[in-house]
Amino acid sequence: MVIGGITPEAFAFGLFTILTLGGALGVALNRNLVRGAVWLIVSLFGMAGLFVLLSAPFLAAVQVLVYIGAIGILITFAVMLTRSMTNLRERFTNQWWMSAIVAGLFFLFLLLGVVAPVWGSLSPDQAPAIVGTTEQLGVSFVDGNQFVLPFEVVSLLLTAAIIGAIVIARHQEEEE
Amino acid sequence: MDCINNLSLCLRHSGVDAGLAEFVSIFLGVVLVATFPLLVTILLIWVERKFAARIQDRIGPNRVGPFGLLQPLADVVKLLTKENITPTGADRPIYNLAPPFMVAAVLLIWAVIPLSPIHYGVDLEIGALYFVAVASIGTLSVLMAGWASNNKYALLGAFRVVALLISYEVPLALALIVPVMLANSMSMVGITEAQWGMWFVFMAPIAAFLFFIGSQAETGRAPFDLIEAESELTAGFNTEYSGMKFAMFFAGEFMHVFTNGVLMAVLFTGGWIGPFVGELPLIGLVWLMAKASVWYIIALWVRNTLPRLRIDQVMLFNWQFLVPLSIVNLLVTAFLLQVIKMAGLTPADPGNFVQNIPQTLVLLVGNLVEFGGVLIMLRNRGRRERIADAAKGLSAPVHAVGD
Repeated sequence: MVIGGITPEAFAFGLFTILTLGGALGVALNRNLVRGAVWLIVSLFGMAGLFVLLSAPFLAAVQVLVYIGAIGILITFAVMLTRSMTNLRERFTNQWWMSAIVAGLFFLFLLLGVVAPVWGSLSPDQAPAIVGTTEQLGVSFVDGNQFVLPFEVVSLLLTAAIIGAIVIARHQEEEE
Repeated sequence: MDCINNLSLCLRHSGVDAGLAEFVSIFLGVVLVATFPLLVTILLIWVERKFAARIQDRIGPNRVGPFGLLQPLADVVKLLTKENITPTGADRPIYNLAPPFMVAAVLLIWAVIPLSPIHYGVDLEIGALYFVAVASIGTLSVLMAGWASNNKYALLGAFRVVALLISYEVPLALALIVPVMLANSMSMVGITEAQWGMWFVFMAPIAAFLFFIGSQAETGRAPFDLIEAESELTAGFNTEYSGMKFAMFFAGEFMHVFTNGVLMAVLFTGGWIGPFVGELPLIGLVWLMAKASVWYIIALWVRNTLPRLRIDQVMLFNWQFLVPLSIVNLLVTAFLLQVIKMAGLTPADPGNFVQNIPQTLVLLVGNLVEFGGVLIMLRNRGRRERIADAAKGLSAPVHAVGD
């Protein structure tokens, strides 16, 4: 179904791009940290939408679950607990223009890679026709010939991080 | 008949353009799925008040309409005409966004619920994961409401929510994996269809129990209603909300409880599966609602008979009892499923009741053994505590009541 020359996919892509970029702008331009956190969640939500369009529903759901449901809420929570952070009026640093230039350069670099065929063209025909299902993803995580080792290493790393966090939290409690 | 089961086809037969017919049927479907839970809620408010009243030996609403049936409508009109107050110092955009988020978080779950063999929003391959992901938006809404109200009670309520909801999501998600393993599918449609032969509640009663408790906690109702503990927090996170904005939180909560009933029905008691579904698919909706109502009534029963727990009790119950139990339950079920596969007890035809019996028996016995182990551990623990108390009692006879 095409309405006015725009396919539904193109329309959805535009919408999610606006959400992602608009949310990112909101994060960068907002002085109020809580609003910044909410904008970050909007941006992450747009990313989840883009994952859906790329036929990766599993990644989209994980994006919402982990980034919005866990990390987004954690950031909001942390900001709220530090009361003085919710009402920032002055700038923390004067180096914002440096980060802006670096970010701008990165974006140009990326744009170059997509528009001009510097690192080989990215025509849609080159995209793999078969997109892996969630089942294949799950199998590849536990298959000895595929990603079982990286998967276990990451699990171990996360466990170590959790234990470290508990140790740090405990230490402070005893000092009080 | 055909028009009920396949509107798009029916419209095309009556001469409507194919694209338009498809659009109309999808659009109507979306409107239906989004409105149906909201309309059911209006009636559920009456059910809930009447049920609570009967438990507390009262009569309940009985003035407006027959049996007080029109009471919720009167309440809706009252809420609509109330003034919307925004407190000074509130963060307006976030303050106004929070209530719709609450409703949306619940409505989004309905998108993947199979209402009948052929009626469902979408058959997502990752339906179970989608449910967990969407549920986290509700947490966000409460947090936004609590912070944006610029009220200490509201913020305290919101802090409690984050602790409570994030903690109880762990056993909820771990219990959800069990039906996914049994059905070999994460799609809600797949999970329902896998229960033709046997309901999962017989194969995994402990998982059903864990999911029920987890979902009850997610709604933030007694015994988990610390979010709006009236005696400590006036009304918790929604203290500063009035009129329709408050009503949205209220509706979101009521809808969430019923949605949990529907989820229990889909995941553990066979969803729309029942007699005559093959001949008349729409009757599946009746079975689904009947099963959901049973779970809903149990949830109301729990809510109205148990007292509110303290925050430390709620946390201890979760981290020291529910989470370990859900992990052990997951491991035991996975192990038993492998044993069943090796012993060749997997039914050749999953839809056959008789062929399902050996598999179910193995899993049921496994669950019973697990339950026995839990009881023994609880007994030993209670005994140790009593002995410790008695030892303390010799030196200091006075100790706090309820500890």
